[in-house]
Amino acid sequence: MTSTDTTQPITAPFLSLDAVRKTYPGVVALDRFSMEVRPGEVIGLVGENGAGKSTLMKILGGVTRPDSGTITVDGTAHDALTVEHSIGSGIAFVHQELNLFENLDVAANIFFGREPLRAGPLKLVDRAKLREMVAPLLKRVGANFSADAPVASLSLAQQQMVEIAKALSIKARLVILDEPTSSLPIAETEKLLDVIKGLKAEGISVIFISHRLHEIERVADRVVVLRDGTLAGTLAKDRINHDEMVRLMIGRMLKEREKAGEAARAPGSVALSADAIRTGTYPDRPVSIELRRAEILGLAGLVGSGRTELARVLFGIDERLAGSVTLDGKPLNVTSAADAVANGIFLVPEDRKLTGILLDLSIAQNISLPNLPAHARRSLVSVGAELATAEKQKKNLGIKAPSVLTRTGTLSGGNQQKVVLAKWLAMNPKVMILDEPTRGIDIGAKAEIYGLMRALADAGVAVLMISSDMEEVIGVSDRIAVMHEGQISGILDKDDFSQENVLLLAVGKKPKLLQAAGGAQ
Amino acid sequence: MSKKDLGLLILILVVGAVVTAINPRFLSAINLANTSNLVALFGILSIGQAFVIITAGIELSVGSVIALLGTLFIDFIAVREVSWPLAFVLILVLGAIIGFVHGWLITRLKLQPFVVTLCGLLIYRGVARFYTADGTAGFAFGQNFPTLEFLTAGRSYGLPNSFIALIVIAIVMWVVLHRSVFGRYLYAIGKNEEAAKYSGIRTGRVIIAAYVICGVLTALSAIYFAMYTRSISPASHGQFYELYAIAAAVLGGFSLRGGEGSLVGAVLGTVLLQELQNLVNLLGIPSSLNFAVMGGVILIGVLVDQQWGVFRTRRRMLEASRRGVAGAPAE
Repeated sequence: MTSTDTTQPITAPFLSLDAVRKTYPGVVALDRFSMEVRPGEVIGLVGENGAGKSTLMKILGGVTRPDSGTITVDGTAHDALTVEHSIGSGIAFVHQELNLFENLDVAANIFFGREPLRAGPLKLVDRAKLREMVAPLLKRVGANFSADAPVASLSLAQQQMVEIAKALSIKARLVILDEPTSSLPIAETEKLLDVIKGLKAEGISVIFISHRLHEIERVADRVVVLRDGTLAGTLAKDRINHDEMVRLMIGRMLKEREKAGEAARAPGSVALSADAIRTGTYPDRPVSIELRRAEILGLAGLVGSGRTELARVLFGIDERLAGSVTLDGKPLNVTSAADAVANGIFLVPEDRKLTGILLDLSIAQNISLPNLPAHARRSLVSVGAELATAEKQKKNLGIKAPSVLTRTGTLSGGNQQKVVLAKWLAMNPKVMILDEPTRGIDIGAKAEIYGLMRALADAGVAVLMISSDMEEVIGVSDRIAVMHEGQISGILDKDDFSQENVLLLAVGKKPKLLQAAGGAQ
Repeated sequence: MSKKDLGLLILILVVGAVVTAINPRFLSAINLANTSNLVALFGILSIGQAFVIITAGIELSVGSVIALLGTLFIDFIAVREVSWPLAFVLILVLGAIIGFVHGWLITRLKLQPFVVTLCGLLIYRGVARFYTADGTAGFAFGQNFPTLEFLTAGRSYGLPNSFIALIVIAIVMWVVLHRSVFGRYLYAIGKNEEAAKYSGIRTGRVIIAAYVICGVLTALSAIYFAMYTRSISPASHGQFYELYAIAAAVLGGFSLRGGEGSLVGAVLGTVLLQELQNLVNLLGIPSSLNFAVMGGVILIGVLVDQQWGVFRTRRRMLEASRRGVAGAPAE
């Protein structure tokens, strides 16, 4: 009947994966991965960005078909799940990005598409019945809001409770929470952890994915660690602790190479200095940061730690709520991106296609756009000047395109990113902020972009590189600042660079500094 | 001239030839002069509208502005005896102010263009009717302004002066839209306002400027319309003119999503619309069908254009795939 072996006699697993493998062209996303989930068990699933967590989720949701391996749900073995089967067997997801209709109320969201109807040809929704059905679900998740509250009026944690109630309404037996707490303040997180405990008490299994290791420590019965698409290890309840998880996540490969690098450079003078500024996302957390000339400052931290928001405030897109900024020692009041650009502060934004470039314009038009008056005579665009600048940048940066008149939308990601860089390089930057500059870019172009950043720093520019790629942060930066929940939790000098230290700071713990611990081996 | 504009021009010529074949009066001097005068009046409107549409906006208050400013203009010179050049300038300034307020509400207070200008449509019409106490604004018997009348309703070398004004305005605005820094900003903002902002463009100012341009051009055509009709009943004067302007811009290749269109197209779109109006009159089609003919032609025009685009994309893809298959073994 079931595939339980004799060593686990107590309860048969609800779900088990055996030697699951999934490859994408050029990448092994998941390999020889096995795990099982027993009823009422809370599994903590951890791993760095790109370790294979999302592939695993897609396989469990029936969206992606594994290349090989077996998935056993409730005693029945499958090669792959379909979406219908995943839902039908009671696997429910609560994603980081919530899938709620903000304009509808709680009850309507929970039973969307499954509303109880009144008799008659008009198929009116039976509101009374709906409330009756919703009430016990809200009670189970310990909701402190009513069924007719509009979802838009709820806090993020409350919205997550709605999602969980929705999962319960389809009689979920396994609830998968994908980084539910990454954008929650602490008090709200507590509530969510309580809900997880409640689910467990009802015999419902939970897979809890989080970067916040101390939360995992508190609720997980078992921790599964993924690294580079393989199972790096499983920790039983009594072995779950922070250091052990970090060790498994990054492996033993704390490479000497990362630290070898060049000797630490003499830092340049301070170009841009932000003092106790506050952003809209974390209005209660002041951030101070100094960008020095001729230096690449890496800005690490988990997704949602406030890095992009900091960049947007420095570039004038978002409003600075408090604090002050100086450029070259003089006070600077940037209230729009145009102000920032006028002062030589440039941003290569995170979302290239939406904000970095105009896909419908040509390479030349994109490059000249921020500096169009310089390519014009008496307010009329001089196409000759524009093309000359573009040709020069195309050559300098090695942009691969038939011509500078090519529409930017047809280029590869790496070449598009070079166009974004080109428009700023053509204008003598003082401060260059790059937000995830190599995301979605192939390895060759990545190396070129690293080279460009280094060349900028060598030319005296202050470079701030936001990155979630650990190797990139360690390999490229001269110093690393790490953000945690809206604040700079620490700054590492070259001697203290290690994945472990960055990760420790990113989750709000103290790093192991050279003087104190002798560094990593 | 783009391919799209060329297609539109050919359509205009073909329709013209057909109408001439049926009723040769189409090419008579008097008919051409009348039609070109109307083309001028509506063309100026369409150019203004085009500047707003390119930013992915819309200006719905055009017809009401024409009623209000036309009423004020006639009232200024006929009743209050303001000298006409001063009145002329005053009206243009008022048009600029209306455009500025619309642009300011849209960019600074983040209201939707449709909503702002729809409210404008209602407000200006109401104010115009109130101002004349729902009466008619017109000139007293024997009152005339020779220079003004020559400039607005007169002719030079057989061409209506209004048409000459349109040509001049079209050339200037063509340079502004297609050759100037400001024009490039307009296209960039229409394509992707966020990305334009991230490139350091003060998008708010550019959009406000577009609405100001539209306001001034609308005010200018309000004066032309006032001098053309010579008497204005504000309850109906200029009604639906915003729709003519939008229709002309859309026929001319402007996308309501913004960032697309050519000025020549907007002018040709106006020509086609007026030709259709004229066709209804000359071919003895019941004038009640006027709007239906116009709507039908616009629908067909947009449909053909869009389907042609789909067809070309598909052909390009098929070709690429065939080449891909053929080229594969060689690599």
